[in-house]
Amino acid sequence: MATTPNAATPADFAWSPRALLRRLRSADEIAHLITLIAAATLLLITVLLVYQLWILSAEARTKFGWSFFVTRTWDPVAGQFGALPFIYGTLVTSAVALVLAVPLGVGGAIFLAELAPPKLSSSLTFVSDLLAAVPSVIYGLLGVFLLVPIMRTTVQPALKRSLGFLPLFQGPAYGIGFLTAGIVLAIMIVPFVLSVSREVLLAVARDQREAALALGATKWESTWKVVVPAARIGIFGSVFLALARALGETMAVTMVIGNNPRISASLFSPGYSIAAVLANEFSEATGNLYLSALIELGLVLFLLTFVLNGLARLLILVTTKRGSGVLPT
Amino acid sequence: MSARLMWRKTLNATMLSLTGVCMLITVSVLFFILGYLVYNGGKDLSWNFFTRLPAPVGEVGGGMANAIVGSLKLLLLAALFGVPIGLLGGVYLAEFGGRTVPFLVRYTADLLNGVPSIVIGIFAYALVVMPMHHFSTLAGGVALGIMVIPTVLRNTESFLRDVPSSLREGSFALGANKWKMVATVVLPAASRGILTGVLLALARVAGETAPLLFTAFGNRYWSPGWMQPTSSLPVIIYTYATGPYEDWHRQAWAAGLVLLGLVLVTNILVRTFLSRGTSYERS
Repeated sequence: MATTPNAATPADFAWSPRALLRRLRSADEIAHLITLIAAATLLLITVLLVYQLWILSAEARTKFGWSFFVTRTWDPVAGQFGALPFIYGTLVTSAVALVLAVPLGVGGAIFLAELAPPKLSSSLTFVSDLLAAVPSVIYGLLGVFLLVPIMRTTVQPALKRSLGFLPLFQGPAYGIGFLTAGIVLAIMIVPFVLSVSREVLLAVARDQREAALALGATKWESTWKVVVPAARIGIFGSVFLALARALGETMAVTMVIGNNPRISASLFSPGYSIAAVLANEFSEATGNLYLSALIELGLVLFLLTFVLNGLARLLILVTTKRGSGVLPT
Repeated sequence: MSARLMWRKTLNATMLSLTGVCMLITVSVLFFILGYLVYNGGKDLSWNFFTRLPAPVGEVGGGMANAIVGSLKLLLLAALFGVPIGLLGGVYLAEFGGRTVPFLVRYTADLLNGVPSIVIGIFAYALVVMPMHHFSTLAGGVALGIMVIPTVLRNTESFLRDVPSSLREGSFALGANKWKMVATVVLPAASRGILTGVLLALARVAGETAPLLFTAFGNRYWSPGWMQPTSSLPVIIYTYATGPYEDWHRQAWAAGLVLLGLVLVTNILVRTFLSRGTSYERS
């Protein structure tokens, strides 16, 4: 028992009953193997996930090819499946969400990292973490019963009066639609932008701030012209991370987007997103082609978030040099 | 004071207060959500809600006992399936791993963590529902379990790494072999952090709706055993909120309050009493 752990002696490799017994008694090999199996299970699950998505979407992929991504018709009865309205809806709602959430999140992060005293900063971060823990169906619930009526009666008419000359803000105010879904998404992703941006800003060296202040810069100038540029790559990372969240977000979007596969320049128009169509139609999909078209949509969603997450982690890694330790999981 | 300096000072004050406003807006959303749910859901929360089955469609009254039990069963399965794999995998990364395999596992865990939950649902559908030809509690538990693994794994690893190496050396010096060192010294030393990670991961999947829609599906009655479709709190909130009946909407608010209460209370308790400092990964 006094041998150094994990240092294999020549006897360990002997295939004699005694050597085997000794190795088993020390049990290190067994513990190593068991934990390795657990870790390998994770790899296996992920490989299997990609494999299943690929195999099960084969029928739709061979039938429609690339035209799947540019076709606008989604007609299960006629066996016509085009993903364009869903991809469009996913991208538009995520874009709206980013436009609203990034200033809010980065602004809040600046407050937490540069202005707030440490105690206040950590308790506000705590609240923001709690916000990230709120289930998405709760956001959907508030979206349906609170935000949609407000949008219909107040926000959308006001936007039409003031910015109605833009094609973005034209058409009837239903309450549901791209804009409402984007707003709900924005609220949901702010905590992610906030907490990652805060970590990234805090990682900027103190000297940088002090040097700027010593040169006579105001607090804001030191923040905006020195600290934020130094952290900008990491902030981009937080934005990509938030975007990946927004693209894959299902329930809250499904409940307020209107579930209508159409492409319209107006943000007031009801639409559809990839995740929403999966939530609505997957369990009642009849026929293999229908199911495989839906699974191909799932594959698209997977690939989009895969690329974005990878990019986000790389960017944050570059800025903080601490890697995914700062990432919310 | 020159005009330029005035301008710079005004800009400074304006922008800095704007960042405060950004923070205020973000934080107030949580209190608003909480307050609005308590206001809307609190009045429909009664004893019946926790003990009765849903009333027949269109009738007023009934409760969500089956959804609450269903959610608990799903969480139990998720924990049984996800926690051991995550925990042992984390031990492997921190204690046994070499170079290549841990890097690969770590990267894959982060990747799996970012996969949209609805895609995990499709996977569980292909894995469990398709071979069995029907929806089941088991399938829902598998979906949630898969979502638990990466969080628990990464969290366990980071807490094990925080354990000072002097503890490891001490137990080696006393003659323990490696697995004994890990099991009796390192794991207990990191147990609070690991428990934090497990509970936060479970609290997170407790609110997941999307992966359950076509795995656990839903059920208006009790779900006996593990092979039948089951109701769950998040799914029933979705169904009731998007349904046509006024009474359903009221019950959706009540269920929303219960779900949010459970998730937030778990988060607050765990983060306040268990976590040490800020080194744990936030979820």
